[in-house]
Amino acid sequence: MIVLKGLSKKFNHLVAVDNITLTVAQGEILAFLGPNGAGKSTTMKMVTGFLAPTAGTAAVCGFDILTQPLKAKAKLGYLPEGAPSYEDMTPAGFLSFIANIRGYSSRKERAKRVAAVAERVALTEVLQQPIDTLSRGFRRRVGLAQALLHDPDVLILDEPTEGLDPNQKHHVRGLIHDMAADKAIIISTHILEEVEALCCRAVIITRGRLVADSTAEALLASLPYHNAVTVTVKAAEADVVEQKLRSVSTTKSVKRLSNRSLREESSIQLRVLSRDRQPITAAVSEALQSNTMIALTVERGRLEDIFRTLTLPD
Amino acid sequence: MVRAVAWREFKSYFTTPLAMVFIVIFTASANALTFYIGKIFENGQASLERFFLYHPWLYLLLVPAVAMRLWAEEWNSGTVEMLLTLPLSTAQAVVGKFLAAWAFLGLALLSTVPLWISVNILGEPDNGVVIAGYLGSFLMAGAFLAIGSCLSALTRNQVIAFVGAAAVIFLLVMSGLDIVLDVFRAWHLSIIAESIAALSILTHFQSLMRGLIGLQDIIFFLSIIVFWLFATVVVLDRRKGS
Repeated sequence: MIVLKGLSKKFNHLVAVDNITLTVAQGEILAFLGPNGAGKSTTMKMVTGFLAPTAGTAAVCGFDILTQPLKAKAKLGYLPEGAPSYEDMTPAGFLSFIANIRGYSSRKERAKRVAAVAERVALTEVLQQPIDTLSRGFRRRVGLAQALLHDPDVLILDEPTEGLDPNQKHHVRGLIHDMAADKAIIISTHILEEVEALCCRAVIITRGRLVADSTAEALLASLPYHNAVTVTVKAAEADVVEQKLRSVSTTKSVKRLSNRSLREESSIQLRVLSRDRQPITAAVSEALQSNTMIALTVERGRLEDIFRTLTLPD
Repeated sequence: MVRAVAWREFKSYFTTPLAMVFIVIFTASANALTFYIGKIFENGQASLERFFLYHPWLYLLLVPAVAMRLWAEEWNSGTVEMLLTLPLSTAQAVVGKFLAAWAFLGLALLSTVPLWISVNILGEPDNGVVIAGYLGSFLMAGAFLAIGSCLSALTRNQVIAFVGAAAVIFLLVMSGLDIVLDVFRAWHLSIIAESIAALSILTHFQSLMRGLIGLQDIIFFLSIIVFWLFATVVVLDRRKGS
């Protein structure tokens, strides 16, 4: 439903977005990850028709954003960065204006739409208060309501949970998750846990280039210590345990970690990397049956590490 | 679509006291100029010529004040991104906002009607001339506003939008004054002088002010409006593309 073909954007000599090609299908949530200034927002601005690309095209539901902008825009809901809205208006007035532009011409229909979307994003209680008196969480939800009002096929949300408290974040993620089935959704975020909580697919952009396009799971599986096991044992038994661990058939390597946990001076942490990153927990616990394990944790790997490897300049 | 944009914009003038302050300042200064500088009483004629005479100068400062926020504010708050990604064309947004501001200026102009009534009580003015004057004044306000709209689209800073618009309008008004035209006439460049005069807002406004509703004057103002609104669309589309 969203198709980007060789999308590029240059600002004078700065290449902000460099030849991005991807498609998002119905039912898919795609997360744009990347450091600040990587080109996430610029890409979104081009897909929504606010910026004209230097090269390449974007299409929404089959409508090219350059040649059929109005039809493409009618199909999409967009939450721009910072959720801008007319702050002197009330959410009710503002959303009613959006509904009017979106083609709900009768007053009754508009009121119905506004009430429905306000209910959906939990905005009903502040509908009649001027937007500039609202808290950040409510303002963000006004922006979200604006994007969702016409129940669009395509949603493009630039940092939808930025500046929300954990409860609100949870609510918004739930909202996005519930809508995902019949829509194509692109969100951008810095929050990596969000990608795991929400997204079936993550795209990492850095310096305008697409450097990874995969599911969160697959990205994690690519980390060297994916499925590694860390065991904490008594210092006295450490040497014996290390020997036993090395003898497990699927062990690749065993490494003593510096004791950062400050748990007990007398404990030692050992990290066991498995061959080909296959699960090794069962084998490890079997091998250590006769020893006392203080703790055993399975490493899934952290997206943050992938993010850092891919986006830090070499 | 245009109506939705215009109606929202028009209502937004009244959410702050700014609109009322503007209308009061407009009415007060229009009347002050008429009585103290124009000396409408001493003139001894039952006409509003002394009232309309100062409108170009009044508008020179007050119209850019209304126009400056049209687009600069949208750029500054980021709402332009939301507005222009809605399914409406840039031209519809530009015209909608312009119409709202023009209607607001019309409202300000209506607040001077008591003066017209007073003159009718005191004497017998030619009301046809007065109506032509109001029409001319309204059209001139629209022309200035379209210029201000374009300058406002160029920047996110309202002060720059104000000064820029005032400067352009000042040049357009000045070009109709004899001080400027005489320079060209003195060099025997009367063709240039006449063409500048023909393009001057003042020349066209004065003929309307004197009661001559000439088609060419109306077309002149309307084409200024269309030209500058078109320029606004071009400016916005270029800024989107850069």
